[in-house]
Amino acid sequence: MTQPGAAPAGLTPSQTVGPFLAIGLPWPDGPEAVPPGTPGAIVISGRVLDGAGEPVPDALVETWQAAPDGTFVRPARRRFGGEGSQGATGAAGHDAGFRGFGRSATDAAGRWHVITLRPGRVRAPGGGLQAPHLDVSVFARGLLDRVVTRIYLPDEAAANADDPVLAAITDGGRRATLIARSADAPGQFRFDVQLQGTASATETVFFDV
Amino acid sequence: MSAETYVRPAGVHPPLDYPQYRSSVLRAPKQPLVRLPHGPTETTGPLLGAERVTAADADLTTRHAGEPLGERIIVTGRVLDSDGRPVPDTLIEIWQANASGRYAHHVDDHPAPLDPNFDGAGRCMTDSQGRYRFVTIKPGAYPWRNHLNAWRPAHIHFSLFGTAFTQRLVTQMYFPGDPLFAQDPIFNSIPDAGARHRLISRFDLDTTVPDWALAFQWDIVLRGRDATAFEAEEAR
Ligand SMILES: [Fe+2]
Repeated sequence: MTQPGAAPAGLTPSQTVGPFLAIGLPWPDGPEAVPPGTPGAIVISGRVLDGAGEPVPDALVETWQAAPDGTFVRPARRRFGGEGSQGATGAAGHDAGFRGFGRSATDAAGRWHVITLRPGRVRAPGGGLQAPHLDVSVFARGLLDRVVTRIYLPDEAAANADDPVLAAITDGGRRATLIARSADAPGQFRFDVQLQGTASATETVFFDV
Repeated sequence: MSAETYVRPAGVHPPLDYPQYRSSVLRAPKQPLVRLPHGPTETTGPLLGAERVTAADADLTTRHAGEPLGERIIVTGRVLDSDGRPVPDTLIEIWQANASGRYAHHVDDHPAPLDPNFDGAGRCMTDSQGRYRFVTIKPGAYPWRNHLNAWRPAHIHFSLFGTAFTQRLVTQMYFPGDPLFAQDPIFNSIPDAGARHRLISRFDLDTTVPDWALAFQWDIVLRGRDATAFEAEEAR
């Protein structure tokens, strides 16, 4: 266990991805945590914006989440059971082709998207359950380390109201930055990442992990 | 404090708010980070790669019609966690400038030649001992516009996953003895001098291939897992 504030021996420090991450990191199927057309697939899209309100065209957004049954894809090992499937092991149990991980470089307008399945509920460290969520890493030129946020879904109001991570953010305006907005079509959600607040846009909540 | 709560070690990672690095001024968050207790989403992570990596991806010098210009080098090392355990079967992705200090990217307007035989991207999986090996060419230093006469020390960008969301790391590997370290705000953004110097690879005569390539050795250390939380998961 790591002691608070103690530097583990030899930890390698982070450095920025810089402006040329597009050479090494995007994959053709990066945004597809499930293949397009998978029944039940949802699309989460949005923009990454800076403290002048300008789009960030050289960012990378990555998502990691539970499967709909609350388990995590662990292809090389046993899977970790979520509340929906206590003790689930082996490769069966979640939807075929679900990777749990999405990766999307932003375009010239700062836009990104992932195609995925609704995450299931997983246990909370202090007991009880968390609301469905995706963990998000954002990398960009200008960020010396990744920033981490979460995406919650707007049509999970009851679960969101009980979620301990959301509850710990007492400022309602900031808490709202973690909840995606429903877009025009069913299964379509919007989530913008405001790296730095502006006079008219609230800074997204970022987490110390 | 709960056993599953992790506090970032002081001085190892750069602060987000670091105005000497000009690009951070409008991009770094201004609000304090919110503590996220580690649950299943943080202690797991994507295990990627084997299906999307071939052995050829680790050799950046053989993917085009001819050989790239520059000093051929072998870069090897191990991926470990901070408890000293190797991290096997984990995806490493790298990208870098060519020998002239130019990236094969439309945004790079440094007036140095592109190399049609070098795209600068590589991938590999660590082996069962956490070891990796790339063959590439030594990247050149390049100018940027951060401050007057600013030059980046030669570096290779590295991206790593480990086995948990908390272990995700993107960083840069440098070369020993680079005269550009002192004026580079990205390198110097790391508060702790010891941590900063862990980004500098070591010339490795033993791995050098006579009459063919020089070699550099660089180990990467990811955060250790909180053993208490992890064993509880494993026991479920
Ligand atoms: Fe670079």
